Amino acid sequence: MRGDAEAHQLIAPGSLSAVLELLASAPGEWTPIAGGTELMVAHAAGRLGATKLVSLWGIPDLRFIEAKPESIVIGAAATFRDMRADRIIAAELPLMAKAASWIGAIANQSRATLGGNLVNGSPAADSSPALLVYDAEVEMISVRGKRRLPYSEFHTGYKRNVLAPDELLFAVHLPRRFAGHRQYLRKVGTRRAMAISKVALAGTAMIEDGVVEEIRLAAASLAAFPARLYRTEETVRGRAVTKELVKEARAALLAEVAPIDDIRSTADYRRRVGANLLEEFMNELQIEGQAQ
Amino acid sequence: MSADFTAIDFIVNGEKRSVEVPPMKRLLDVLREDLRLTGAKEGCGEGECGSCSVRLNGELVNSCLVPVLHAQGAWIQTVEGLALDGELHPLQHAFLHCGGAQCGICTPGMLMAATHLLAKNPHPSMAEIREGLAGNLCRCTGFTRIFESVASAAAQGGEGAHAR
Repeated sequence: MRGDAEAHQLIAPGSLSAVLELLASAPGEWTPIAGGTELMVAHAAGRLGATKLVSLWGIPDLRFIEAKPESIVIGAAATFRDMRADRIIAAELPLMAKAASWIGAIANQSRATLGGNLVNGSPAADSSPALLVYDAEVEMISVRGKRRLPYSEFHTGYKRNVLAPDELLFAVHLPRRFAGHRQYLRKVGTRRAMAISKVALAGTAMIEDGVVEEIRLAAASLAAFPARLYRTEETVRGRAVTKELVKEARAALLAEVAPIDDIRSTADYRRRVGANLLEEFMNELQIEGQAQ
Repeated sequence: MSADFTAIDFIVNGEKRSVEVPPMKRLLDVLREDLRLTGAKEGCGEGECGSCSVRLNGELVNSCLVPVLHAQGAWIQTVEGLALDGELHPLQHAFLHCGGAQCGICTPGMLMAATHLLAKNPHPSMAEIREGLAGNLCRCTGFTRIFESVASAAAQGGEGAHAR
């Protein structure tokens, strides 16, 4: 432990309204902490810059999973364990359940929250590709009220997002209309548990009469933040999945992504694997298309 | 800036305990330094190795990643809470018999992860044992004997958590 516990304040106001009042009273001064699986690592290493922390742990208004007629709403402080244990998520949003099972291991999933994963904004965030291909919306809250945005507009750069200094991520809304879609999610990392991904790709697609009517693709670790692959989607949409189209889609993906070299992998490896994952998904669609 | 010390009251291995500590002090350090419960070990200090695993309100956590304020009022079980009246827990017996412990650094965390697993799932498959222990690293045993230890305890009906 190189950090100094006495150098950091931590308070737990205990309610959402009290946290929002605090954030509004001194915008930017307080750093929210939920399960701590990110910030406590920085703390132990002596590189936690924030000296004033406010706890979001144990606030029921932020930790919930609610099934509405049109959407599943996941509170920002719901843990990945909560998501794995939820039957509706398992049945209707299998990619979310799968992504939740990838977060570290049991002891991380019991603390790490969906909101923390998104606000931390790692380019490799495990939950992001699934949220993107499910057309998720994020809901933010402050004393000024709530607002909603497509999740695809949440990240604005490497570890940057649209949250105002007095705002919290409140919940994520997932539409309940993807049950009939083909769904794909694969992460490539050093090993199955614990490892941060080198590349991850998610896809949802609707095939009708052998033609891709709808397709959504999203990747982690192929750009500064997790993002949809709109140009690759355009290449595929409205066409039958053939070997030729797979080739074109691979080329479109390679032109669209901008990965980097870092400690976990190289840009070149990430590009190749990203294209291979896309091909794997499209091959599944092709088999599906022929079967119909 | 210096943080105010905060009174933390919790139940550790069935006993009410109170400490006055900085709220950002890690639960691991409070257990080891303030309560002198040195079973939980610091391996990586970043939630990757599991050697600091304890149970907190029925969840398995890495105590190196929990600010002690989050343990206010909590029920905590550490490896010291497994043996009852000097009698080893069935999992501890199984680790001894199956060679599940060598150098011992990972063992308290392995035991707590295994305790948690059996509390949730008394008859796990080998795949479920592997997943339950996936966050715990061992550099001695090659894991096989640890998995066998857990399977053996489960086969003998060694329920995970004592009701205390």
